[in-house]
Amino acid sequence: MTDNGKLKLGLYWAASCGGCEIAIVELREKILDLDAAADILFWPCAMDFKYKDVEAMPDGHMDVVLFNGAIRTSENEEMAHLLRKKSKVLVAFGSCAHEGCIPGLANLYTRQAVFERAYLETPSTENPDGILPQTSYQVPEGEIEIPYFYNTVKTLGQVEDVDYFVPGCPPQAPQIWAVVEAILGGNLPPKGSVVGANEKTVCDECKYNREEKHVKKFYRPHEIIPEDRCLFDQGIICAGPATRGGCGALCTNVGMPCRGCYGPAPNVVDQGAALLSAVASVVDADTEDEAAHIVGEIVDPVGTFYRFGLPASLLHRTKLE
Amino acid sequence: MNGTDFEPRIVGFLCNWCTYSAADTAGVSRLEQPPNVDIIRVMCTGRVDPVFVLKAFREGADGVIVSGCHPPGDCHYGEGNYKTFRRMPLLEALLQQYGIEEERFHWGWISGAEAPKWAQLVRDFTEQVRELGPLNWKRELESKED
Amino acid sequence: MATLIIDGQEVHAEEGQTILEVARENGIEIPTLCSHPLLEPYGACRLCTVEVIRRGRSKLQTSCTHPAWDGLEVKTRSPAVIEARKTILELMLSRCPNVPVIQDLAREYGVTEPPFPAEDPDEKCILCGLCVRTCHELVKADVLHFAESGVERKVGPPFMEKTRQCIGCGACTIMCPTGAIEILLEDAEVYKEKPLGPTSAIWVPSMQAVPRVPVIDMDACIRFRQNDRTNGEIVDACGACQMLCEADAVNFEQEDEIIELDVGAIVVATGFEMWDPVQLSQYSYGRSPNIITGMEFERLSNAGGITGGEILTAEGKKPERVAIIHCVGSRDHNAHPYCSRICCMYSLKQAHLVRDKTDAEVYEFYMDMRTFGKAYEEFYERIQEEDVTFVRGRGAEVDVLPDGKLRVKGEDADLGRMVHADVDMVVLSTAIEAPHDADQVASLFGLSRSEDGFFAEAHPKLRPVETNTEGVFLAGTAQGPKDVPDTVGHAGAAASMTLALLDKGEVTISPQVAVVDEKLCSACKTCISLCPYTAISFIEEDNVARVNEALCKGCGTCVAACPAGAITARHFTDRQILAQIEGLFRLPAEETEAEAAVEVSVAEAEGVRS
Repeated sequence: MTDNGKLKLGLYWAASCGGCEIAIVELREKILDLDAAADILFWPCAMDFKYKDVEAMPDGHMDVVLFNGAIRTSENEEMAHLLRKKSKVLVAFGSCAHEGCIPGLANLYTRQAVFERAYLETPSTENPDGILPQTSYQVPEGEIEIPYFYNTVKTLGQVEDVDYFVPGCPPQAPQIWAVVEAILGGNLPPKGSVVGANEKTVCDECKYNREEKHVKKFYRPHEIIPEDRCLFDQGIICAGPATRGGCGALCTNVGMPCRGCYGPAPNVVDQGAALLSAVASVVDADTEDEAAHIVGEIVDPVGTFYRFGLPASLLHRTKLE
Repeated sequence: MNGTDFEPRIVGFLCNWCTYSAADTAGVSRLEQPPNVDIIRVMCTGRVDPVFVLKAFREGADGVIVSGCHPPGDCHYGEGNYKTFRRMPLLEALLQQYGIEEERFHWGWISGAEAPKWAQLVRDFTEQVRELGPLNWKRELESKED
Repeated sequence: MATLIIDGQEVHAEEGQTILEVARENGIEIPTLCSHPLLEPYGACRLCTVEVIRRGRSKLQTSCTHPAWDGLEVKTRSPAVIEARKTILELMLSRCPNVPVIQDLAREYGVTEPPFPAEDPDEKCILCGLCVRTCHELVKADVLHFAESGVERKVGPPFMEKTRQCIGCGACTIMCPTGAIEILLEDAEVYKEKPLGPTSAIWVPSMQAVPRVPVIDMDACIRFRQNDRTNGEIVDACGACQMLCEADAVNFEQEDEIIELDVGAIVVATGFEMWDPVQLSQYSYGRSPNIITGMEFERLSNAGGITGGEILTAEGKKPERVAIIHCVGSRDHNAHPYCSRICCMYSLKQAHLVRDKTDAEVYEFYMDMRTFGKAYEEFYERIQEEDVTFVRGRGAEVDVLPDGKLRVKGEDADLGRMVHADVDMVVLSTAIEAPHDADQVASLFGLSRSEDGFFAEAHPKLRPVETNTEGVFLAGTAQGPKDVPDTVGHAGAAASMTLALLDKGEVTISPQVAVVDEKLCSACKTCISLCPYTAISFIEEDNVARVNEALCKGCGTCVAACPAGAITARHFTDRQILAQIEGLFRLPAEETEAEAAVEVSVAEAEGVRS
């Protein structure tokens, strides 16, 4: 706490889209309550803070740091270590920090492949000399360095000791507020817990009627117009059964299948494997050929089952040659 | 680490009533087989959660086997193996997308009366994986990381 | 009540009775050919002609049609009657000189030679109309009719053409007094356990059937078949059995009764079936009526069978040479690889019966003599002394020779050469096998089947009557081939285990069951369709899935499928199995320091819950 009794709060974005920052703003009028309760000591997105400001703080100075974004570069990792040092409670905030999220899908590729695509192959790029980012470059004033771009995207928890995880892409505003209140009230569960989410999966919050499942064919969301009942029953791969709830089933409640952004249910080790198992188990086939045919139609299994959690999965990434 | 001194480490998830029993019989009958397969017994291949296979590869398996009773009809629990043959093709596709060669993962059916078939599988699969070389997933990941 | 005199005897008649009926009731014999108690009288054959004297006038009348009026005097054997019958029989014999029943009747009346030459010496039909009336009145199929008139009169279907109206019931064949009608089996369905001779649609399978109460085979019974055929219109044909039953025990309205019982134990004693040797064509089963299976031989030899227990060929004669072939369909990779266990002993018994009941030479073709039981070997020795020729070599082939004899070929392993025996009858000791619907029974009770197709016992040595399903026991050949002493022992064991179970009053079930954590179950219903035992069901009131621990067999399928990780397999939990996997790779046999260090840092870097 600061001397005025307010919470010392830090927020940082690593490899992220900025959505988690918007999520804070989504607090709307509650942001005034947040302001009343906390002093923001570090929030590069919103205000002009420098790293050296953080380095100058005493260790453990900040009460809570909400760290969103995945660990993509050496800078992200350095800041993860720095903020850990300078905070009492480090929170992996949002899906990127929690499990890798969309940036994590780059784990299907390597740094080289990403660079080639971004800097050489994309149609609108003009890079006649084929220049790719280098970590160091000689300029008249001396040598300048930019952070190193890792082959593999990591979660915050894979590089640093994390106190709490707030899942979601982004975490929903009411959940954020619940977390803030819990922190303020000193009402926190054991270290390492997932907070700001439910224990049950999205199905618990979903409005649709569910039946026993017998799927003869899988559909991608654009292939059919679903009826007003459980999407999974109809053959659309919905990650809802394998995804922690707390988001209010926002997606399914408007007829779009859940994509799994809140991560796995409490006891599940690997979200993609759990979803894969459920999806395949209910295939309505009593012969090997029929079963292989039906599941063979599922496009991009890794992308489908690990859309948000690839870095957090057991295998982390595709094989590095 | 390729070459003649590489000993593949293979994990086999075998169902209690069929393949585990065949493996047991193969042992008791002194059928010749290399020692590269570590067996984890489950009551039914229907118990085999894809996460087990992923975990095995992650922890260091160079190859994985899942084997149980022949469908239709042999499964001790009636239809557990039906769920297996629904899950395994999708798991195979996932593993391939991850870059794990399809020759490293074998799933199939060996009944309790087919001990020689088990021994043959162990011999053949060990050689097959040996040719591919070690997978060493976790360590490769770390050593190639920056 | 009428009073009349027949052959000087005063008799009484009920209203509506004919002279024939009254005469028969009073023990007075009148010959008939075209009369039958189930059919309306017709008066076609005229053999029942009697003299009827009424009001002083005498007339020759057919007694089957003439009512038994009060005050009649009837003479059944007066000279006029005898003369009339003789003439009738002369004419019949002239038409059908080679019909035994007419020859016998004619002889009785002193007619030995037909006075006129026959148009067709093979003619058998005497135009009695029994077949027509049967088909019309009883079967109600109306296939047979009289056609043409005068000397052209004959019996047959419309335009004498084959018609589908004929249901092949065979009633006409049975009714025909002269054997003029034959049933042709074209694509006829043959019963798997076919009787050796003709049988009726209401039958008792054997004299040893339990209960020994006749049952109607609804697929063969004319009444049921006709009611099925007429698209709902109830024709109620025949009904002969009901008409004849004095105890009034035949009830056509009886329906299958489905009884539901809640039981604590089940004994599966569904027995075996005989394997059909037609599948090994080298034995020519089906190509000669004298090639029979061991079971058929039992029927033949049974005192309640069609031959009264005599061993006779299909031609009705005692065989002079009989061959018995062991292991037909057993110990054979083209059929069943297993040994059927009971055949060696019953084949020896059958050899003994043949020797005992006929003077036939008996040849037994066998591979090994499996006479393992108490006094079995001694029995074998005894049969050897009974002049049975044992040929040690699997009977390989049975050929049907042009003259109808059967040539059994095989290798005599002791002599080291091929031998053959030409015999009149071949008995094939066929394999016994699991019933054809064993898979459905297995499904119903959650039983496994052994490789031989019979139900699997819980342990081949130590638990012969239990199955892997608690509370379901096996008794007898349902579990595998065995003879009577072994079956009795086996069944006794099943009974005692059942009693022990029921006496205990409670069941110990395996702790390896699935359990749903209701705090985590989100009612996605992925698991509900997966359980073959319907052990997991959705509980509406609590909005969760729940496992019935008594039904759950612990296979773990629902556990692996649950996407929320809400179901645990007790004693085979995810944590246990994942720990096993980790453990496998944490045995550092030749691990170097550097490798160990990498391992530690990797473990630290994970930071993911596991």
